[in-house]
Amino acid sequence: MDQAIPKRRSGALGDALFRVAAFSAALLVLVLLGAIAISTLIGGYPTFAHFGFGFLSKAVWDPVRREFGALVPIYGTLVTALIALVLAVPVAFGIAVFLTEVAPRRLAVPTSAAIELLAGIPSIIYGMWGLFVFAPFMANTLDPWLSDTLGMVPGLAPLFSGPPLGLGMLTAGIILSIMIVPFIAAVMRDVFRLVPPALRESAFALGATRWEVVWHVALPYTRTAVWGAIFLGLGRALGETMAVTFVLGNSHDFNISLLAPSTSIAATIANEFTEADSPAYLSALIALGFILFVITFLVLLLAKLLLLRLAKQGAR
Amino acid sequence: MKLGKVALVAAAFFVAAGASHVVAQQVTGAGSTFVYPILAAWSDAYSKQTGIKINYQSIGSGGGIAQIKAGTVDFGASDMPLDPHQLEAANLAQFPLVIGGVVPVVHLPDIGPGELRLSGPLLADIFLGKVKKWDAPEIAALNPGRKLPHLDITVVHRSDGSGTTFNFVDYLAKVSPEWRAKVGVGTSVAWPAGIGGKGNEGVAAYIQRVKGALGYVEYAYVLQNKLTYALVQNSAGEFPSPNGASFQAAAASADWDHASDFYLVMTNAPGPNAYPITATTFVLMPRYPKNVTQSATVLAFFRWALEHGQPLAEKLNYVPLPPALVSRVEAYWQANIHVRF
Repeated sequence: MDQAIPKRRSGALGDALFRVAAFSAALLVLVLLGAIAISTLIGGYPTFAHFGFGFLSKAVWDPVRREFGALVPIYGTLVTALIALVLAVPVAFGIAVFLTEVAPRRLAVPTSAAIELLAGIPSIIYGMWGLFVFAPFMANTLDPWLSDTLGMVPGLAPLFSGPPLGLGMLTAGIILSIMIVPFIAAVMRDVFRLVPPALRESAFALGATRWEVVWHVALPYTRTAVWGAIFLGLGRALGETMAVTFVLGNSHDFNISLLAPSTSIAATIANEFTEADSPAYLSALIALGFILFVITFLVLLLAKLLLLRLAKQGAR
Repeated sequence: MKLGKVALVAAAFFVAAGASHVVAQQVTGAGSTFVYPILAAWSDAYSKQTGIKINYQSIGSGGGIAQIKAGTVDFGASDMPLDPHQLEAANLAQFPLVIGGVVPVVHLPDIGPGELRLSGPLLADIFLGKVKKWDAPEIAALNPGRKLPHLDITVVHRSDGSGTTFNFVDYLAKVSPEWRAKVGVGTSVAWPAGIGGKGNEGVAAYIQRVKGALGYVEYAYVLQNKLTYALVQNSAGEFPSPNGASFQAAAASADWDHASDFYLVMTNAPGPNAYPITATTFVLMPRYPKNVTQSATVLAFFRWALEHGQPLAEKLNYVPLPPALVSRVEAYWQANIHVRF
């Protein structure tokens, strides 16, 4: 390749400059990431040193006695993100299939635009809507209904028990799912469009239905990118702050029920940072930040490993 | 009285005139979000009169304390007083600026503002999660003849650290030994029960939405959101309505004589008219300022605010300090903040 391009002096200088610029841009990200990790680790170190692994496993959060355990925020973060993902992925998949396979152009264009707009709404708006409109609906309608139906199923009962406050992990998870749908759907739509028409048309020629084309041709072809879209959504759900703060109930009591209030890592930090009045308290909050960082990192690592395995399977 | 006022005004003018060539054009402060609206109104009016700008960042009391200790602002504001040891260690002076009240609010069918009566120990038991239903005998005993619903009490507290919380739990700790032992006092605590709303507006929103909710907010939010407030029995056994008069009564009857650096939380103040959960916002300033001009300008502003800012404060539902306390604060400045040239 190199030999094919005729070399010019100015081009060499331009190349070198470009290389340096691109390299530093990439390096900047790494340096930033490292700096964040290191500074949150240093800030949270007193907490980790003092509480050890108990910080991860204890459900106590007492700023007065300066005893801190991150179990409830960690649990709340993971559960709300998981609910969001479970609800958002099928919907986003449906949207992407509709836009690329089903919808006529005059419908696809405005729908695409609407999805992109949805992605641009500030999270505080989702929070306000959640608190003023959605939470009352949950409290009056969905929560009691779930308690009466799923709450009666043995095994599931503890997950759907408790008074219907309308604020809690399920409400937060549903709001989060609405927030991440546009991200997942937009990426899925873009990659479905990249499926070569020849592949798609050959499948149709073989008599495949639309569904079979999507499921057996488009999806396997774009598998990597679809997983990428899902993990992008997950990353966003894990770190979302304002919307969650409004509808999660902000309670540090451990409760397994999805209808019960809880708190998340990001919500706890946002709520308590301004008035964290002792060094121990501040350190505990920074330690929470570090944990969120680690969780996000693990999620991404998991995604990469999954993709590697998928790539190997694909090669076989 | 009239003469005294004239003398005060004259003195203020004299100070302002005498200092005019050495005032700073701009001073900065940071801290309590509770005082932000009134500080903003005061500084706006003040800058129209004098051209001096007061920049106040409402970053929270904890942040305000940290910033004034670090010396990055000219004054800090906190809803929680620092004790004299902390003040001495940081070389800070402290004085009260405005009064507010923390008011329990409820969402109950057929019960209007001021109709429900609670006592301090009962509030503590509810917030401890010991009294769970609205028709519990403890509540009925204080409200004879009133029909209370068989409804769960949903406790609503602040999710963020807050001076409002500090004053509320300080009151609970004063009236309930169990609260003091189990939970304690702070700007945020380990709540034994309930859900958390972010900010006064978050708590107000939860109260309006959850039937059977009981929470606490700053007095101004009760008025703005037309919330149903409950009355709290004070130490004299009375049930004063939360308003400017009962807050001032608490400020007047509080024992300032024995409070060095105004280190006094006014909750559970004595006197039949005193509102039991009255709160104060405090200003923190360096005792020996590095920049004398800046501190002198800040003091001139607060002198103006305490002496002439009452109408503005009342318009925004803040309660100004009673006159006796204002003179006490001004005497304290003389003795403790060294801004003379």
